[in-house]
Amino acid sequence: MPHRRRPLRGLAGASAALLLWEGAVRAGLVDDRFLPPPSAVLGALLTLIGAESFLRDVLATVLAWAIALGIAVAIAVPAGVLLGSIPWLKVATRAVVELLRPIPSVALIPLVILVIGGGPEAKITLAVYASVWPILFNAVYALGEIDPLLLDTSRACGAGRVRTLATVALPYAAPFVFTGIRLSAAIALIVVVSTEFLAGATLGIGTVILTASSGAGRMDLVLAGALTAGVIGYLVNESLAALGRRWLGWSPLGRAVV
Amino acid sequence: MTLVRRLAQRWLVLVVCVAIWEVVARAAGNPFFPPPHAILASAARLWFSGPADGLFLTDEVHLHLLTSLRRVLGGWFIAAVAGIGLGTALGRSPTSMDYVGPVLSFTRAIPPPALIPVFLVIFHIGLGMQLATIVFGAFWPILLNTVDGVRSVDPTQWDATRSFRTPRRHRILFVVLPSAAPKIFAGLRLGLSFALILMVVSELVGAVNGIGYQLVAAQRQFDLPPMWAYIVLIGVLGYALNAALLAVENAALGWQPARHTRVLT
Repeated sequence: MPHRRRPLRGLAGASAALLLWEGAVRAGLVDDRFLPPPSAVLGALLTLIGAESFLRDVLATVLAWAIALGIAVAIAVPAGVLLGSIPWLKVATRAVVELLRPIPSVALIPLVILVIGGGPEAKITLAVYASVWPILFNAVYALGEIDPLLLDTSRACGAGRVRTLATVALPYAAPFVFTGIRLSAAIALIVVVSTEFLAGATLGIGTVILTASSGAGRMDLVLAGALTAGVIGYLVNESLAALGRRWLGWSPLGRAVV
Repeated sequence: MTLVRRLAQRWLVLVVCVAIWEVVARAAGNPFFPPPHAILASAARLWFSGPADGLFLTDEVHLHLLTSLRRVLGGWFIAAVAGIGLGTALGRSPTSMDYVGPVLSFTRAIPPPALIPVFLVIFHIGLGMQLATIVFGAFWPILLNTVDGVRSVDPTQWDATRSFRTPRRHRILFVVLPSAAPKIFAGLRLGLSFALILMVVSELVGAVNGIGYQLVAAQRQFDLPPMWAYIVLIGVLGYALNAALLAVENAALGWQPARHTRVLT
C-alpha cells in the first residue's frame, strides 16, 4: 500500500516546492531578476527546447558524458580487478593512487586548457580522470573484503585462481563496482557541465549557462540550463539504479548498496 | 629488514614514477610539463621563503592558502550542521521522505557550478557566493547519508528507549545519532571532498584571492611551475583533510563493531 502512494506523495512534494518558490518570488521575498519564479524558468525552458541549437548543446553534453563514462569504465574495471586480485600490485600502487585521487579534476582545468585546448577532448579528459576513481576504488576494496571462507571453499573444491576470480570474486564485487559506476556517472556529468561553464566550450549545457549569465544576465535561462542538467542527472541515476536492481537483485549486497 | 622492505614496497613505485617524470621532463623540455624539482622549487619560493619570525611562511600563505582553507571548512561546517539536523528530522519521520525524496534527489543532480551565476547575482563576488556554492555541494551527501543512517536504527533499541519513557531529545542524542554515526561520517567525508572541489571552482570564477584564483592567475601568465605547485597543493590538501577526518572518525567510532569496510556506497 505505501508503495502505491509513494509516487503521488513525491508529486505532491514537488508541486509544493514549486508553489513555495513561485510564492516566495511573487510575494517579493526574493528579487525576481536574481531568482526568477518557476513559471518564468519553465517558459524559458520551453523556448530553449524549441530551439534547435539548444538540442545540439544538450546532445554535445550527453555525448561527452557517455564517452567519458565509457572510457572510465573501460580503464577502471580491468585496472581495479588487476590491482584488487594481485596483492603486491595493490600495495605497490597504493601510494600513487592515494595521492592522485584527491586532486580534484577542476584543479586540472587550467592545465588541460593549456595543453589540450577548450574543445570536447578537454571535458572528456577531465570527466574520465574524475570518474575513474570511484570505480577503481570500489573494485579494489570489494575484492579485498571477500569472506575468506568463500575463497577457501572455492579452493577446496579444486577451482584455480582464474576460476575463483571469475566465479566467486567477480560476482561478489559486481554490486560494489556497479555502485562505483553509478557514482561516477553523476560525477562525470557534473565535471562535463562544469568544464563547459568554466572553460568556455563551443557547445554544451554549460556553455548555454555561461552565455546566458554573461551580458544580459538572463537568470531564467541560467536556471533552465541548470534544470536540464539536473533532469539528465536524475534520469541517469534513476535508470542506473533500476538497472542495478534488475541485474544485481540476486545478491543481498547488491540489494543493499544499489 | 621487514620494515625497509615494507617501506620499499609501498613507496618504490611512487618514487620511480616521480624519477621517470623528472628524467622525461628534462629530456623533453616541454614547458607545459615542468620536472618535479622545478615544481618543488616553485612551491618553496611561493610559500616557504618568508621571514623567520613567521615560521618562514610567506604572505601568500596567509592571503590565499588560509583564506581558502577557512572557506572550505566554514562551508563544510554549515553544510554539516544543516545536513545532520535536517537529515535526523527527515529520517525519523516514516513518510516525510516519500514527499520530499524526489525533490531532493533531483536538486542534488544539478551540478553546483551551474548555479554559480545565480549565486553571483544574489551574493556578488565574495565570501557569500563562495560559501553558497560550497554549502550547496557539500550539503546533499551529508543530508542523504544522515537520513539513511537514522532510518537504519534498530527498532528494538528504539522501542526499548520508548518503553523507558526516555525524553525525546535524549533518545535522538544517545540512541539515534550514535547508531547513525558511521553513515553520517561517510557523508561528512564525501561532503568535505565536494567542499574542496567547489572552493576551487568558486574561486576560479568569483574571487579576488584564494588558491583557485592564484591557480588561474598563474595559468593566464603561462607561469607553469607555480600552476603545477597549486595543483599539487590542492591534492595534498584533499589528502590531508580526508586523513584528518578519518582519524577523527576512527577515534569517535572505535567502539562500533564491524566497521572496517572502505567501499563507497
